[in-house]
Amino acid sequence: MIKKPKKYSVFSLVRNALSYHENWQPAWRNPEIKKNYDAIIVGGGGHGLTTAYYLAKNHGIKNIAVVEKGWIGGGNTGRNTTIIRSNYLWDQSAALYEHALKLWEGMSQELNYNVMFSQRGVMNVAHNLHDVRELKRRWNANRLNDIDCEWLNTEQVKKFCPVINTSPNIRYPVLGATLQRRAGTARHDAVAWGYARGADAMGVDIIQNCEVTGINVSNGNVTGIETTKGTINSKKIGVVSAGHTSVIAKMAGIKLPLESRPLQALVSEPVKPIIDTVVMSNTIHAYVSQSDKGELVIGAGTDGYNSYTQRGGFNIVEDTIMAIVELFPIFSRMKMLRHWGGIVDICPDASPIISKTHINGLYFNCGWGTGGFKATPGSGWVFAHTIANDQPHALNAPFSINRFSSGELVDEHGAAAVAH
Amino acid sequence: MLLINCPYCGEREQEEFSCGGEAHIERPKNPPELSDDQWADYLFLRQNIKGLQFERWNHSFGCRQWFNVARNTATDEILAVYNMGEKPPKLESNDPITPCGEPKIGSGNFSTSKK
Repeated sequence: MIKKPKKYSVFSLVRNALSYHENWQPAWRNPEIKKNYDAIIVGGGGHGLTTAYYLAKNHGIKNIAVVEKGWIGGGNTGRNTTIIRSNYLWDQSAALYEHALKLWEGMSQELNYNVMFSQRGVMNVAHNLHDVRELKRRWNANRLNDIDCEWLNTEQVKKFCPVINTSPNIRYPVLGATLQRRAGTARHDAVAWGYARGADAMGVDIIQNCEVTGINVSNGNVTGIETTKGTINSKKIGVVSAGHTSVIAKMAGIKLPLESRPLQALVSEPVKPIIDTVVMSNTIHAYVSQSDKGELVIGAGTDGYNSYTQRGGFNIVEDTIMAIVELFPIFSRMKMLRHWGGIVDICPDASPIISKTHINGLYFNCGWGTGGFKATPGSGWVFAHTIANDQPHALNAPFSINRFSSGELVDEHGAAAVAH
Repeated sequence: MLLINCPYCGEREQEEFSCGGEAHIERPKNPPELSDDQWADYLFLRQNIKGLQFERWNHSFGCRQWFNVARNTATDEILAVYNMGEKPPKLESNDPITPCGEPKIGSGNFSTSKK
């Protein structure tokens, strides 16, 4: 049966150091696929793994398969810019993202896995009167929702992040910023690995290199999936496949309000610590932070057309770099080391869909668009609740697919636009 | 970046254009009779195809004309350009072998072969 993994500790580190690190065990099994499961999660990214983890932990459903086309955390979980915050405008989103942020705060302890969550603060910069008004509105909305947020004037911005160019003579001068001090970054791979290890320890089968090719439905009930490794049966299927959600939905004859687009990011050569927070600007479309390795992590925008190619247009990178160099002239001689794209599924209202469907037992968690990483634990928490109880958690009830018919959209373009 | 052959101006860089999304979505002829679900279908639901997709483009920083483009979203190849109002052409495209898999060309990612 399932062998509980050894707890990581300073003692295990010393013990393994003495044996030249040759005896570390795999963090999760490579299981045989069973014929039947109580639930199948399609997609082994952060959101899928947290869903399986919380299904096992909070709802006692442990006979679960997580089916992943590639490898764990090789999709958008390993491609984002790792920013975590909860300063959203509307009550519905604020509640969902704040729930996630609270889970982030205890994650490393809970998983016995260091996800390097660093609450270094996220600063959203204002460059014109409209920005100032919008960000002050969001600051007030956050305070009403019990989410920490501060307003900084130009001098305070300069004090908090000295490398930023606060000269009044640049094209888009810094007029102020909001600051969420509890926000920050985490190591994205570790989040996937930590939850995979945690879920595996409770009996979840993580099946990698297994692509879903069909969804079996009979009389309005879901019965299982077809994969490149054969048929797997289950009465509950949760689809958490980000950019490819529309493709999976089509297998069940469902059309979703999603468009898949490339979103690019890039990192520079590593340098000494220079920026100890996350700086974002919606107006000039730039955001930057520094990783623990010393690389600047820079996020670009989405391309203006649908694509599944996992690479984007160079013009998007050029625009972002122009903005970064204006805001941080000190970075103008930095060399960029790596650059990549991920495919994000964007909803018309820039809010996710965490919902049942008209097919019994088929659930979708999608539409996170450009900003799903920060919600990883919260998303899994509420999606697990939705799957286990066949009804949404209070936090994800507003994010039903039906909102596109009812018109009750959660328009978060302002808070989600740049800050991925 | 794409190179798009505008039917009026010739080949130009994609930066001059804006994509207008999925083509051939017809505005409902009887708006007052539509149900909420039918409105949602018209306004929000999209095919979001991986493979051959027909879409509208506008040469917004050029002649400002609209036209249709047939493009493979798995490889970004542009297969045809045709005028508004025309029916989509019949085309062969390099669609991925498996629904979520990678195409034979134009991808640096791993490939999935058929069973």
